Amino acid sequence: MRSIRNSSKNRLALLFGLLAIYLFLVVVPVAFTQDATDTEYRAFPKIGSRNAAWIAAQLHLLFGSFILGVPMFAVVIEYVGMRTKDKRYDKMAQEFIKLCMGAFSTTALMGGVLVFVLIWCYPKVMNKMTGIFGPTMIFYVFLFFGETFTLYLYSYGWDRMQGKVSKMWHLFLGVLLNVFGTAIMFVSNAWLTYQTSPATMDSRHKPIPLHNEETGEFIGTLWQAVNNFTWMPVNIHRLIGNVAFGGAIVGAYAAFRFLVAKTKEDKAHYDWMGYTGNFIALCGLIPLPFAGYWLGRDIYKFNQTMGINMMGSLFSWLFIIQAVMIGVLFIGANYYLWSGMTRIKGGEVYARLRPYMVGIIVICVAVWMTPRTLIATAGEKAAMGGPNHPLIGYFGLMTAKNTVVNLIILTTFLSFLFYRRSGKTPAVGWRKAGNIIISGIFGLAVAAIVTIGLIGFKVETDFRVEVLTPVQVLIALAVLILVTAIDLIMYRKAMRSSDINWGQMSDRSQYVLILLAITFTSLMGLMGYARSGLRENWHIFGVMPDTSPDAFTPLLADAVNVIAVIIVIFFALVGFIFWIGLWGDKKKAKLANLEAGNAVGDD
Amino acid sequence: MPKLSLFTKCVILFAAVWLFLEFFIGGVWSVPLPASVIGMYLGLILVAILVHVSVEDDRFREFLRPIKETLADDKRRTRCTVLFVLVPLVMLVFTFSKVSTKAEAPASVRIAHPAPPDELTYGDKVIGPIQEVENPFRHLEKDDKDAFRAHAENGRRVYYQNCFYCHGDDLDGEGHFAHGLNPLPANFQDPGIIPNFQESFFFWRISKGGPGLPPSATPWDSAMPVWEDYLTEEEIWDVIIFLSEYTGYKPRTFGEAAH
Repeated sequence: MRSIRNSSKNRLALLFGLLAIYLFLVVVPVAFTQDATDTEYRAFPKIGSRNAAWIAAQLHLLFGSFILGVPMFAVVIEYVGMRTKDKRYDKMAQEFIKLCMGAFSTTALMGGVLVFVLIWCYPKVMNKMTGIFGPTMIFYVFLFFGETFTLYLYSYGWDRMQGKVSKMWHLFLGVLLNVFGTAIMFVSNAWLTYQTSPATMDSRHKPIPLHNEETGEFIGTLWQAVNNFTWMPVNIHRLIGNVAFGGAIVGAYAAFRFLVAKTKEDKAHYDWMGYTGNFIALCGLIPLPFAGYWLGRDIYKFNQTMGINMMGSLFSWLFIIQAVMIGVLFIGANYYLWSGMTRIKGGEVYARLRPYMVGIIVICVAVWMTPRTLIATAGEKAAMGGPNHPLIGYFGLMTAKNTVVNLIILTTFLSFLFYRRSGKTPAVGWRKAGNIIISGIFGLAVAAIVTIGLIGFKVETDFRVEVLTPVQVLIALAVLILVTAIDLIMYRKAMRSSDINWGQMSDRSQYVLILLAITFTSLMGLMGYARSGLRENWHIFGVMPDTSPDAFTPLLADAVNVIAVIIVIFFALVGFIFWIGLWGDKKKAKLANLEAGNAVGDD
Repeated sequence: MPKLSLFTKCVILFAAVWLFLEFFIGGVWSVPLPASVIGMYLGLILVAILVHVSVEDDRFREFLRPIKETLADDKRRTRCTVLFVLVPLVMLVFTFSKVSTKAEAPASVRIAHPAPPDELTYGDKVIGPIQEVENPFRHLEKDDKDAFRAHAENGRRVYYQNCFYCHGDDLDGEGHFAHGLNPLPANFQDPGIIPNFQESFFFWRISKGGPGLPPSATPWDSAMPVWEDYLTEEEIWDVIIFLSEYTGYKPRTFGEAAH
């Protein structure tokens, strides 16, 4: 009976999976057999080569990010379920992996499409890249097989491997799946980061070119090409980003299921799943600005022109849009947490603090999104004495932005702390002292972060970038760790005055979860454009010029149109996968009803 | 005095923020804020208000009550009619004020910090990769303080002979000619100018001027002359030293603090 229940979903997943493997097997040999023909470019019909490669690459990345992010937290949730012996965790982790299965095939398909487009449209570039990275591409194929079969074993073996020992093996498979997934991402990141920063670094972190300046011939080693200037910052940024994105997408899935749920049980289950998704997204979102900062710093170090292009010139307005979107993410995530407190009796104690927290976050977001060079008429500029306002012009500087982002993170953490405490009374005798200590830690941290931010206006940029900003980050992280530790001890044997009434959430909060997923996706699309566009008219920066008709940087408005198309396609495909999931569940419910009816008949 | 509804309180808060931005910050405290910034901040305040009122169902119902009553309650028909006339009228005036032709250049987005080329040149002479070129007299700051001071003095002479007409005698961009120019001359007293760029960047901007702006730095209407036609290489480096010495801001370096 089990095989009948799962058959529709499994068959589809297998079909897509086999098709993807077939595509991959067909495509990869073609890539290696490309000879150095004189054809440099071939035009992709109607939409042009760049748009075709752009859409395929971004869709591949979005699905890839999802399927690499989800197993990371699925295996942790499964472990929590095993430790606590709470079957709900196990069920939720399994549900996450089922979503992953559907998206896995689509990721591989998009990867196949991308390779086809690249080989067809950019043969010379691919020839150069395979010449340098050939061995890593073979390694990639092995990793891909490893990941495919580990995922199949992990997913299809879930129900079978529930015994004490076999569960451990199942968890091991989950860890292995993550190892394969992370390795795959690291390998493919080497290729694209090499295009951006084809240089290695010396002991003082100065770039050393890997190509002969006259001939453009590659003179480094494969490892130097892999471990290029921006490889590790991109790896870390994407690793954390995958967790945040995966959390946001499963949160949106849960919200969708919550909104269409007919029973209280289903509403409660998907409410809980949505909360978990948002929690995971927040866990990824909080360190993400720090990782992005590290990447930005290294781009400046690799090439000042590229850095200025990114933050002060060509792409500077894109980063204002990014700031708006990050503002939406933080406001949305906090809104969801505050909504969550309404389903806990006792949460209203903290509601009176909400207006202040909204105020802090909104003021910080206002500073975060204020551009350095303001959009102003000639008259307004003359009144200000230039494009920078004498007062709010300071908000446009990085020291102000780094300060407020740390304050936003601390406020968001405070929201989470209040959520966790709602409906609970600590049993320890030192709860008053504990609260004073926690308040003191927050107060001191805020004072220190703001003071360092103010000092940042006066010191040399290098000192601010290398010393002051990392110290601000470390203070914020220290607060997160210290306060969590104290709070965990304080509330270990806390008395619960009320249970969480799962399912009693407003529909508005669920739409916020969907908004968060869309914002994450848009943000990734925008940043993909920035990362790739930073190369300007180079396939490999400073080494291989782009001489195709597309060798220009598209306007932000044009780029946003392409990104919007990508987002629509992505959510159409994700919606299809969600719908398939819903379809399978309906069939399962029908069969269960039928079984129940038969059982009654037998009696 | 009747108790104010939540909706009215929110409207008052919104109006208070607008007044604060438009008249307090833009008049009493500092110079006027551009309309784009006020619009952006008001948008954020609107989001903040909606977030606060919509988290709890009861509060949200209370917030919506006057709107529903105005639209559905027969007793409030007059209020409804007045609003139905007034709101579109306000929108009309607002839209007209935005699209009507004015006798000034429209608001524009300008790339204030154009990206430099990879190589630094003086005329046809290639000096080196812009990222690696350092001010040849900067080392004197440690090695020979008198010589360094002499270069700064020379920079001061060059500045007041050539630059101060636009960039001002206090280096704040408020020179005699400044108000006739668009874009306005750079204000070196601004903490976002000197500390963010290497000395080689300033050499490039001074030597190539407005005509040397890269393709991405539209519009190319800077009035900055091509100073390499009038100043020697040494004079340009000296004036850069003077800018830094006078303002107290150090140009950007890379990786020195970490070591």
